[in-house]
Amino acid sequence: MAPRRPRRWWRSCAAWGSCPDAEVPGVILAYVDHREGAPDDASLEALTLGRGLAEPTGRPLEALVVGGAGRAAAQVLGAHGASVVHVVEGGGLDGPYAPEAWGAALAEAIRASGPALVLAPGTDRGHEVLAHAAAALDLPMAANCVRIEPGEPTVVLRQRWGGTLLEEAEVDAPSVLCTVALHAVPAEPAGAPVGPEVRPFSPAIPEEAFRTRVVGRVEPDRRGVSLAEAKVVVGGGRGVGGPEGFRVLEELAELLGGAVGCSRVVTSAGWRPHADQIGQTGTRIAPDLYIACGISGATQHMVGARGAKRLLVINKDPEAPIVSHADWVVVGDLHEVLPAVVAAVREALR
Amino acid sequence: MNVLVCVKRVPTTGGRITLTPDEQDIDTRFSGWTVSPHEECAVEEAVRLVEVRGGSSTVLTLGPAAAEEQLRDALAVGVDEAVLLETDGSEWDPQETAAAIAGAVSSLEAERGPFDLLLFGNEAADTADHQVGIRVAHALGRPCAAGAKALELRDGTAVVRREAPGGGWEVLEAPMPAVVTVKEGINLPRYPSVPGRIRAKKKEIRRLAPERAGARLRKRRLVLPPEREQRAEVLGHGPEAAPKVVEVLRGLGLVP
Repeated sequence: MAPRRPRRWWRSCAAWGSCPDAEVPGVILAYVDHREGAPDDASLEALTLGRGLAEPTGRPLEALVVGGAGRAAAQVLGAHGASVVHVVEGGGLDGPYAPEAWGAALAEAIRASGPALVLAPGTDRGHEVLAHAAAALDLPMAANCVRIEPGEPTVVLRQRWGGTLLEEAEVDAPSVLCTVALHAVPAEPAGAPVGPEVRPFSPAIPEEAFRTRVVGRVEPDRRGVSLAEAKVVVGGGRGVGGPEGFRVLEELAELLGGAVGCSRVVTSAGWRPHADQIGQTGTRIAPDLYIACGISGATQHMVGARGAKRLLVINKDPEAPIVSHADWVVVGDLHEVLPAVVAAVREALR
Repeated sequence: MNVLVCVKRVPTTGGRITLTPDEQDIDTRFSGWTVSPHEECAVEEAVRLVEVRGGSSTVLTLGPAAAEEQLRDALAVGVDEAVLLETDGSEWDPQETAAAIAGAVSSLEAERGPFDLLLFGNEAADTADHQVGIRVAHALGRPCAAGAKALELRDGTAVVRREAPGGGWEVLEAPMPAVVTVKEGINLPRYPSVPGRIRAKKKEIRRLAPERAGARLRKRRLVLPPEREQRAEVLGHGPEAAPKVVEVLRGLGLVP
């Protein structure tokens, strides 16, 4: 990435164009994650949020991808409003993912051009790359932002507790580093897409930064319905009572072509494997229907279930917190209700 | 094998979060305190590593005097030593936190030799900053493998298995001494035993006064997101509601 003009990155108080000698209003730079040139949705969401800040102010919106294969993403990124796509390549950066090295490459790009704002997707990898860059530059980083108000200081609104709570915070930095919370904005192509300029960027990254790297990959198991992608999820909580109690939930899930999930209480008790956990520290589900049985609805769980379009609750306690999120409720003991539901569904399917 | 594990004291949130009138904190008058789920697993991992390989484990937290409770919880499940970087209870930003932890690690290591592994949770349950472990790694010049759902040590290398973008797993290697951040699911944490609790009560906790650098990510206030107005339709009580449930399923096109 060629420096926009010969100046040291930390002098680019140009941030937001508020400093008098700013020739270029602060660039918004979005780190884009991709797989073989296909950007992930979360990166396009971050880019869309960046465009919302760039368009009204005339600030340039630029994207950065790591690995030569990322060139293939240029058109899509242009369609989402990026006028420049920086392709970081060479010197090991075309190889397997190495978090520290990728973070170092992003840090070099930030040093070179002094963007006012740097965005990354709110995914594990987006957080990881930006955190490495932030650490390398000793800059603050605000994670999981849903809104960013550039200014002096820049004010962000960011998620806490998986989005159950929001924090308004100010960030004190020449380049403000933010990850964008998942689904904070929908990814939308620009009204007037641009054919972006592709700029190769080959920073010198010390060998040491590659000491942590991906050495293998195991493809996902495509058999059966995955919890994250299931259209119907039947979930169980403490009320299920034990591992055997899940048999009837499995039966219902199977009849409806869905998957079984559970709350954290269940995985902590060892009744189900952790992979079945729906929650802040488990899987985020997004089914058309979530049937929650014997689950009280702690925030830890509801964070994972928020993506469900409809919620049917089966619970003894009509006052359980989960009921306030429900579309439908059956008040009763799941051990009595579920077998009756299974029988009725079987009847309907016959 | 010397392992340090870092934890953070956070409130146990139930079904609803309420704020203090000044909007600076969660109202914890009626809730307890715990550590983040990922960190519970990091503590368990530290204990297991030392059980298998010998050596010692140390738990460290930065927080108010009351965070002693979380340190004793870790001691109760088998961690050997505890260090409290005591603050006045106000919130430190992730950069400040990492700097203080890195400083404490350096001084502890000067006394007792290096830690082979520094374990963290991948992100805290409350602030989810996703960066403290990584910043500590940078400050100490060590590699960091984040998001571990499985950890194996082979010939001085930490081999981490973690969720890959797009599903499946990726395997990451980092030469030790290293920082590893873990996620819940890496193990199933044990419950403390009664003798464990008694032992933990008697142990001495080392207190250090951390130096504060000044926050650059500053909380202004907390905001509860607007609640979705949702009035649930009661389909019925007990098994008699089953036909109504089938109607709902039919309405969604799930049964004919």
